Amino acid sequence: MATMVQAIRMALHVGEERLGVTDVFGEDVGPPLGGVFTATQGLKTAWNSPLDERGIIGTAIGLALAGQCPVAEIQFVDYVFNTIDLLKLAGGMSWSSNGDWNCPLVVMTPVGSGIHGSIYHSHSFDGMATHIPGWKIVMPSTPRDAYGLMLSAIKDPNPVMFLAPKALLRAKAAPGEEIPGEPADERQLSKMIDAPLGDRSQWTPQWPDTPDMFIPIGEARTVRKGRDLTVVTYGRMVAVCTKAAEELVSEGVDVEVIDLRTLWPYDWKTLKESIERTSRLLVVNEDTEVTNFGEHIIRRTVEECFYVLSSPPKLLAGAAVPGIGLADNLEHASVPQRAGIAKTMRELAQHQP
Amino acid sequence: MSTSSYQPAPRSDAEALDDTTEKSGNERNVTSADAALAPELLVRMHDLMLKARLLEERLIRMQKQGDGYFWIGGPGEEAFNVPLGMLVDRGEGVFHDYLHLHYRSSATLLAMGADPVDALRQMKNVASDPYSGGRNFAGHPSIRKWNVVPVSSPIEVQYSMAPGTAYAQKRAGGHGITIVTGGDAGTAEGDFPTCLVWTSRPGHELPVLIIVTNNQWGISTAGATQHGEKRISDRGKAFGIKCMTIDGNDPENSYHQIKRAMDYIRTERKPVLMEAMVSRLYGHSSSSGANYVQEEADCLMTFEKKLEERGILTRAHIDELRAKYTQELLDASKRVREEAQPEGSTIYDHVFAETNIVGLAAAKSRATANGRGN
Ligand SMILES: Cc1ncc(C[n+]2csc(CCOP(=O)(O)OP(=O)(O)O)c2C)c(N)n1
Ligand SMILES: [Mg+2]
Repeated sequence: MATMVQAIRMALHVGEERLGVTDVFGEDVGPPLGGVFTATQGLKTAWNSPLDERGIIGTAIGLALAGQCPVAEIQFVDYVFNTIDLLKLAGGMSWSSNGDWNCPLVVMTPVGSGIHGSIYHSHSFDGMATHIPGWKIVMPSTPRDAYGLMLSAIKDPNPVMFLAPKALLRAKAAPGEEIPGEPADERQLSKMIDAPLGDRSQWTPQWPDTPDMFIPIGEARTVRKGRDLTVVTYGRMVAVCTKAAEELVSEGVDVEVIDLRTLWPYDWKTLKESIERTSRLLVVNEDTEVTNFGEHIIRRTVEECFYVLSSPPKLLAGAAVPGIGLADNLEHASVPQRAGIAKTMRELAQHQP
Repeated sequence: MSTSSYQPAPRSDAEALDDTTEKSGNERNVTSADAALAPELLVRMHDLMLKARLLEERLIRMQKQGDGYFWIGGPGEEAFNVPLGMLVDRGEGVFHDYLHLHYRSSATLLAMGADPVDALRQMKNVASDPYSGGRNFAGHPSIRKWNVVPVSSPIEVQYSMAPGTAYAQKRAGGHGITIVTGGDAGTAEGDFPTCLVWTSRPGHELPVLIIVTNNQWGISTAGATQHGEKRISDRGKAFGIKCMTIDGNDPENSYHQIKRAMDYIRTERKPVLMEAMVSRLYGHSSSSGANYVQEEADCLMTFEKKLEERGILTRAHIDELRAKYTQELLDASKRVREEAQPEGSTIYDHVFAETNIVGLAAAKSRATANGRGN
């Protein structure tokens, strides 16, 4: 029962051992800490960088161009904003050179709210990220998906952004969602791969033998089949939407929940099939609502599925305010909550044209 | 793929770099210790400088005649950029030099052996432009087989990427270095100190030749109105980086100083910050008119005078060369004018790479290196 952060760590280990990862680096990524969320503990290629996000992204690009296989961490996505021109550069490397170069790198970074992160540890980046062509963008909602998507990100010859919902990093896998090869007992896994408190200089992890289980970039996962409404979501909102959907079962409302998993290039086939079947769409995410990635999904739905729709497609997203306030009431008023999501699901499912 | 032909320099050359930085400030000029360059080398250097100048003048002409939308380039920097290109260890992969250039680097590419016609193609944005297929401005090359990283318009970003290629080179062993270059005004961006910090981490110093070509302008803004530091190269001192400011208008001096810096970097695997004082002979770009500036030193003219005085070249020979290259470039530009534009339908090509081109190249160069016991 690995947590998401343990799953990422195991994937990076597999990356180092079998997929050619040369550098896992960023602020506090190397020993002794192994990452502020512990994602990089015990990795043999992990190293600490200067506190300089532009340097981190720039160096990752340079490493990639020299044929290395870097995974760079931005400690919190809130601090990636001053690198956007470098992200554009990485995303445009192949295109601008008309295919002369490629730029194989992974940027991993924790995103979103839900840990009382206040203004600067709660930002989302999905809208911004999907506005930078040339990147593939993945966002897992379970440890197993985090593991498989990280392997695919490492293997991909293009820049891949791995957005890790920070509120889920310490959440455990649901039963049946284990990573093959991980020990059944979570305490045993912790003993094997979590660095001990105190002096770690003599510690080495005991990695479980986990397989090359790639989860393909561009494939959504239908978390819950349903008849009345399609909910498209990703990251932290997947579990929230699933719970809201379950609440509605007793009322006879049957909601389909799709975890997009990859924001770009996204799985339109799965979405379209579902929307045409349920005739109703709700998109849920945490990012600020104006120029939100969900708006794109809705635009495409309107353009391609207009005549099958039984209700207006709807977006539930974060309030368009500069940040997430620290106090609970402020956070709850800023990002979609379960009750509000359930209410919207009910309204949409029962809406009659 | 060629293998590196580099032979480590005699130790005394690297030491010479040490001497002057402390004793006489950063300024470096040819001293009696510098052996005179062979006449054949001077003739070759002149040939490239002249060709580079005429290429830029042809590009300017093309833009003015409507055979291109924008011109930016490096006329006035030939005395620095040509020796730089001649001294590059050209090739693909970490055992050769990586170049993170900017939009004034055409003379460096010519000296490395680039075909001037390719620069004309990029000016005319034709599909045959090998640097970008008609996607990018003139003066924005990309040559993967020679480790020339795509030049992009945002000022200074190359200084943030340079540590990455150098990190790979240091890890690989060998003598390959990373060369990064840009202008003086751009050093105000954060990427410049990024490069200083990341190349001088204790125990992880990186083999980078950090060049600043100082023409004392950023478009219309005089450097002195924005920068309080006496020398840009002084900024390297705080990081323990060897620094020097050189007269980049003198190709012999440039050759010696670049060679000395490169020898140090190739063997010591540590950075050097080199500020080269250069001229900007046609203004910033076509946006500012691209007309010849009388007030600034013209390195080509000065060098030609010197070569004549020394009896190495005659005026008649120089005039003949000039006429020949002018005609060749004119003819080439006429041919390029007839080449096809890229199709609009190709805009989605290469958004994503299908294969790991750079990874495969790295594997190949590793295999070659192992083969020769590197
Ligand atoms: C980040 C960024 N800001 C502004 C510009 C517009 N711009 C292009 S060249 C230039 C001046 C650069 O001066 P310098 O670094 O001294 O180089 P030079 O052109 O003099 O060689 C500016 C401001 C740009 N291309 N990129
Ligand atoms: Mg300048």
